[in-house]
Order: sequence, then C-alpha cells, then structure tokens
Amino acid sequence: MTATTTSARSDLSEVGRSEATLRTFLHGLPGVDQVGAEQRAAMLGTRSIKTTAKAWAIDLAIRMVDLTTLEGADTPGKVRALAAKALRPDPADPSCPAVAALCVYPTMVPVAASALWGAASAPGGSAGGGSRTGLLGEPVDGGGPAAGGPPVGGTGRVHLASVATAFPSGQSPLEIRLADTRAAVAGGADEIDMVINRGAFLSGRYQQVYDEIFAVKAACGDAHLKVILETGELATYDNVRRASWLAMLAGADFIKTSTGKVPVAATLPVTLVMLEAVRDFREATGRQIGVKPAGGIKTTKDAIKYLVLVNETAGEDWLDPDWFRFGASSLLNDLLMQRTKLSTGVYSGPDYFTLD
Amino acid sequence: MFEYAPAPESRSVVDLKPSYGLFIGGDFVEPGDGGSFKSINPASEEVLAEVAEAGPGDVDRAVRAARRAYDEVWGPMSGRDRAKYLFRIARIVQERARELAVLESLDNGKPIRESRDVDIPLVAAHFFYYAGWADKLGHAGFGPDPRPLGVAGQVIPWNFPLLMLAWKIAPALATGNTVVLKPAETTPLTALLFAEICQQADLPPGVVNIVTGAGATGQALVEHDGVAKVAFTGSTDVGRQIARSVAGTRKKLTLELGGKAANIVFDDAPVDQAVEGIVNGIFFNQGHVCCAGSRLLVQESVYDEVLVALKRRMAQLRLGDPLDKNTDIGAINSAAQLDRIRTLTEIGSAEGAERWSPPCELPDRGFWFAPTIFTGVSQTHRIARDEIFGPVLSVLTFRTPAEAVEKANNTPYGLSAGIWTDKGSRILWMADRLRAGVVWANTFNKFDPTSPFGGFKESGYGREGGRQGLEAYLDV
Repeated sequence: MTATTTSARSDLSEVGRSEATLRTFLHGLPGVDQVGAEQRAAMLGTRSIKTTAKAWAIDLAIRMVDLTTLEGADTPGKVRALAAKALRPDPADPSCPAVAALCVYPTMVPVAASALWGAASAPGGSAGGGSRTGLLGEPVDGGGPAAGGPPVGGTGRVHLASVATAFPSGQSPLEIRLADTRAAVAGGADEIDMVINRGAFLSGRYQQVYDEIFAVKAACGDAHLKVILETGELATYDNVRRASWLAMLAGADFIKTSTGKVPVAATLPVTLVMLEAVRDFREATGRQIGVKPAGGIKTTKDAIKYLVLVNETAGEDWLDPDWFRFGASSLLNDLLMQRTKLSTGVYSGPDYFTLD
Repeated sequence: MFEYAPAPESRSVVDLKPSYGLFIGGDFVEPGDGGSFKSINPASEEVLAEVAEAGPGDVDRAVRAARRAYDEVWGPMSGRDRAKYLFRIARIVQERARELAVLESLDNGKPIRESRDVDIPLVAAHFFYYAGWADKLGHAGFGPDPRPLGVAGQVIPWNFPLLMLAWKIAPALATGNTVVLKPAETTPLTALLFAEICQQADLPPGVVNIVTGAGATGQALVEHDGVAKVAFTGSTDVGRQIARSVAGTRKKLTLELGGKAANIVFDDAPVDQAVEGIVNGIFFNQGHVCCAGSRLLVQESVYDEVLVALKRRMAQLRLGDPLDKNTDIGAINSAAQLDRIRTLTEIGSAEGAERWSPPCELPDRGFWFAPTIFTGVSQTHRIARDEIFGPVLSVLTFRTPAEAVEKANNTPYGLSAGIWTDKGSRILWMADRLRAGVVWANTFNKFDPTSPFGGFKESGYGREGGRQGLEAYLDV
C-alpha cells in the first residue's frame, strides 16, 4: 500500500483521464530498491520445499501451466497434439491434473478450440459456456469440463489463450492490433495475451499505453486480458512497478512478464515486484489481478521458487490457476518427471513423457 | 494452503563428544582447578555436551602457553608463513561449513538459514581477508614495521559465537599475536570445534588457546598479567568492569558493547525494501545483535502504510526448529535472556506502549519469544532506551530530517544506524550527523571483513574489521 494509492482510493478510475494525472500517479508510486528486491527474491529462493509440500506444489504448478506453442512453424497438427497433452499431460497417470490453458497464435485458435472442446465450441460456437467475470475480483468460473470432452483435472476446463496485438513486438497500427484481438476472440479464445507498446511507455507516453490497453480490453469482450509488460525491455524495477499499475488501471485481468522472445524473460525479482503491485492494487481497489511469469522457467525447482514467492508476497489467495500462471512450454515435462519421481521413488527418463 | 513440510538439516554431520576439555598448547586438556558445566540446545533444552570450566590456574596455563608460542614460533615467523596458516584455516572452515553451521544452530538456537548463509561464510571471509594482510602490515599505514603486542586475551558473546571468534582471532593472528579466547558459557561448542580445525591446520601449539567458562574465567583472563591486549564483545555493564580492571595497566583494550540503533524510514523510501530492512534489522538472529535496528523511526507521513506493511510481513515470519531450513526465527539463547526480554516487554506494556505480535505458536520446550513490536513509543520509554537484545522493536515517529537525527542520536549508545530514502544527498547529510559507528543506507545488518565495525559512546571503542581492525593488535 502506498500513500498515493490510499489517498487516491476514491478516484482511481479518474487516474487514466489525462496524461498529467497518469504521470503524477505512476511517478508517485514508491520506488523499488534494486539490491533489496533482488536479495528478497534470492532469499525466498532458498526455501526448502519437500515431500507433501512438494507434491502439492507440483500438482498446483501443473494446473497453472499455460502450455504454449508460438512458432512460425506451428501447424494444426502440432496444435492438436499440444491440446491433447494439455488435457491429459500424463497419459500413464489419470490422477495428473490438466493444465490451465493452451496458448497459441490467433490463426491456430479455431484448431485449438475444436481440439480442446470438440466441435460444439469450434469457431462461432458458445466456447463451452465459460462465463468469465474476473474483472471485479470474483473467482473466475471456468464452466466445468466441456461436455463430452475428456476429463480434466483442476477446477475447470482447459482455457484457450491466444497472443494477439501483433505479438511479440506490438509494433503495428492499433486498428490492426484490435482486429487481431477480435479475430482471436471470434475464433474461440477466452484469454487474450497482449503486448504493451514499450516504445510509448519508455518515451513516457503513458496515456497512449493506457488507451491502447483499454481499447484491447474492450475488444476482448468476455475474454480475459493478460497484459504482457515485456519486463526485460523495461529495464528497471521502477518501470516494472509503474507498468504493472498502468496495466491494472487500464483494465488488465492479468499482468504477465514477457513474451519469451527477448533475451531477459521472467525473473524472480521482477515477479516479486509485480506480485507486490497486485497485492497493493487489491488493497486500494478491491480488485484482484493475476500474475503470469513467462519465458525461461524450465524446471520444477524454479516453478516452486515462484510459488514460494507468491505465497509469501501476495499470499495464498493467489495460489490458484485463476490468479497465477506459468507461461512455459518445457516446464511441464519436468513437472511430470518430478511428479512421477515423488510417487514412485525413482526417476524415469525423458522417453517416458510425451514430447508434444 | 501452502504449508511447507519440515525440511530439517541433518544433525549427523556433527560428531558431538559427551565432554570437552580446555584447548591449551595445542591439546585438549582436563581442567586443573576448575569444574564443568553443561551446554544445552536452547530450542529443546537438551544437554549437548559437558564442557570444562577453566579456573585461574587453567587460565594461567593457557596464557603461558600462548606466551611461549608467541616468543618461540609465532612472533618470529614471517608474515607470509602466518598467512599460509590463516588461509589454511579459512579453507578448512569452508570445507567443514555444514558441520560448523549445524553445530552453531544446535548450540545457539539461531536458524540454520542464517548460520549456513551468513555466519559461516563470513567466518571464512574474515580469515581469508586477514590472511591477505599478514604479509603486508608495513603497507597498512602504521609505519614500515609495526610490531605485534604479545598475548591477546579475548572474550566473546553468545550471539554470533563463531563469527565473533573469527573477528577476534583472525586479525590477532595475522598481526603476529597469539590468543587465549573465552567463548560464552552458553555457546562454547563451535569454539571447541574451531580448536580441532586449528589442529587440523597444524597451527603451532599455543598460538590459539580456548578456555571455556563463565564470568569468573573471563575475569581471570582479562586480569592476567601476561595478557598484553584485551578484546571484549558483550554487554556494556561487563565492558565497564573490564575497563576498570584494565585501567592503569599497560594492556591495550578494545570494547564492542551494546547498542540501540535507530532505523530511520523517510517518506520517499522504497517501502517494500524498507520493510524487509526493518525485519532484517530487528528479527535477524532473534534480535540478538548488538547493532540491531531496535528503534524504528518512521516519518509521520508514511507511518500508517509502513506499519500495515510491517505487520503483514511479520505475519509471514516462520518461528520454530532452528535446524529447519525454512525457519526465520529460532530460539532465544538462554532462559536468563528470555527472562530479560519478558521483563523489559512487560515494562513496555506498563509504560503504555501498544504491543503487537503476529499469531504465532511457540514450541512447548525450549526458550521462545514471538516477534513483537511496540507502537506509540516515545523517547522516555525504557523500551526506547534499554537494549533488549531480543526480537522486540520499538516504533517512534519523526517529522523532519533534523528531528530524525536528534532522536537517533539521543541514546547512550552509538553502534549503528540505518537510513531509508531514495534521496542520495539526504543519505550523505544524515550519515555526517549520526553518531554511530556504522550507518547503513537502504540496507541493514550487512557485514564485511573489509569494513570497520565499532561504536561511539557506550557502545565501546576500537574497531574490528578492515585495515582499522589491524590497529588494535599492533604496537602503533
């Protein structure tokens, strides 16, 4: 909580009205001491998570994975294979939960929708009836397993996320980014991962960034909006905190670290700063916003460090796939391998897990 | 709910003997005129080992052994050769780090996270650092050929048993002195393990001697004629007695005594990191830190938000088994210290300060005290003046930088202070005016062998660490 936000509690909705009010607000946020933030993250990284706590954390981490394929070479075949894996990550163990979402490029959304939910929710369909109301902080209703679809673990159906808005650079005209978003939603995506305009942010045009996020949020309709800050390009923790607040004020449902396409992706300290921001934002507005580190999280050990960070920074309210996600593609198999190790006592090789 | 399963560090790396003798002249010997006492684990009250109590005769034997080693071996030895021994000790400390950390946590009650990540690495760093000085004393700024003093009698406290040993022994040996060290009676075991490390390093007999015992043993050591230099870290009361007994002799004296440090938070501080610094300042090592930030001075304009954030953070502290790798707050070192903390906190409540602790279950056995803060404290309260030496924080407020300086300096002590602000110029302005040996800016409780440490006023005199730390052991 900050003095700025406390005094501004009543009129936070007004903050986005002008460049001047936005700038005053964002620059009034307390600073982040780099050394201190990194030390705190490093300390939390030394927590020792064993046995039952580890088993619990692994299952939770699996339920939080946004299984992602974002390659120029993506094909319907590849997406269908990944959708199968999203629904049933470990075919040998039915107790293994499904992941949170499948994340693809907009052109692959129809394929993914039909692979995940069957023909009923193909393009133009009802998208499985997943009504989402997360804007005001109520738990998001996943709608339950899709009728006729394969059984899924976790609390709801596997969501379908799509990276829109000229991912990963965001450098195309706004109308095109909005069209991109609408196409993805029309195709069946119920979650949109957008990138912010880092150029505008770094040159101090906060109002433009705000307005663009606001416009994309409107284009999303019922779909959830995850705003990618691309923290590696924001360079400082002060910028990360400001960008987090900016995105939340403009209507983000989630704030996300990275596209995974620049050298520095998710780090523990950056995620720490973002978790502090969502915690403070909820205190100021009552709205809960999710956090998604993405890129570079490859091992179970890393994933558990993030869960510890969530637990001891934002608190256990965020230890849920509705409020915390991992954007990762290679993390899942390591989680599965560690899960098998815990239940059988021995490590199995990579050949025992699917490569999709 | 994310409940961390217990993650205890194994005790099996430590090979505890049922009883320990005194380490004199390179060997463990039975006490001649002393008795024995028990060292217990403050987290469980379990007896760890029986330890010899050195009488005056034993102290005399130790000082003679040290003098002989000084005259015959260590004094004449070249700095380069002394450095080799110190480097060897540093490396053995690193190799046996886990064993040392586990034993330190068993005997002291501090969390393994701290003994493993802070204490033992710093112990090794001190030996490495002073090993580097041993052959360069002529370049330390104390003349071309500064001479050692002779036998150093050293008395150390129970809060950082092995680290205080390193702070005392490393510079003494580097400068060519030999030592007789008395560890605190509640935490003698790592000093005795260090004696084994001296043997393993083939350190010449008598260069390091360890006499265990309580106050009487320390007094015999301090008052011994053969001691040329006395170094003491501990309470201000005992420091006064030592200063009296040393007065009029030719002994050199350094004292590191109590503190009541101000941790000053300005309204432009990075709040989340400041809260970390407040927590680290007072709850590190259960507050058993002479430079602990036990007085929090918060600018009134951010008082509410800092307090909310601090309480939220305190609720995350994990108290319990010191050997659990996830424990943040371990056991109070002794029943006597627990009593003192209780007495002073009751005085705080009686004086009208508002007391708060997070919901916290204390173990049934052992000595425990929940992390506690007092708000509404003013300078006239005893909890704002007396050193509590426990996990107890007094929160005061100020309005202007000048008032912060005034309040921070308004204490009989002057060991350390902390400043939290985003403004570099204010940090420098404050640091010039704070009467404290160490001033941390946007951090707290950071130690490094290259940085001198010591106090103003009743916090003692002399410096340990850095180039300045050499001076205490040289005839300059």
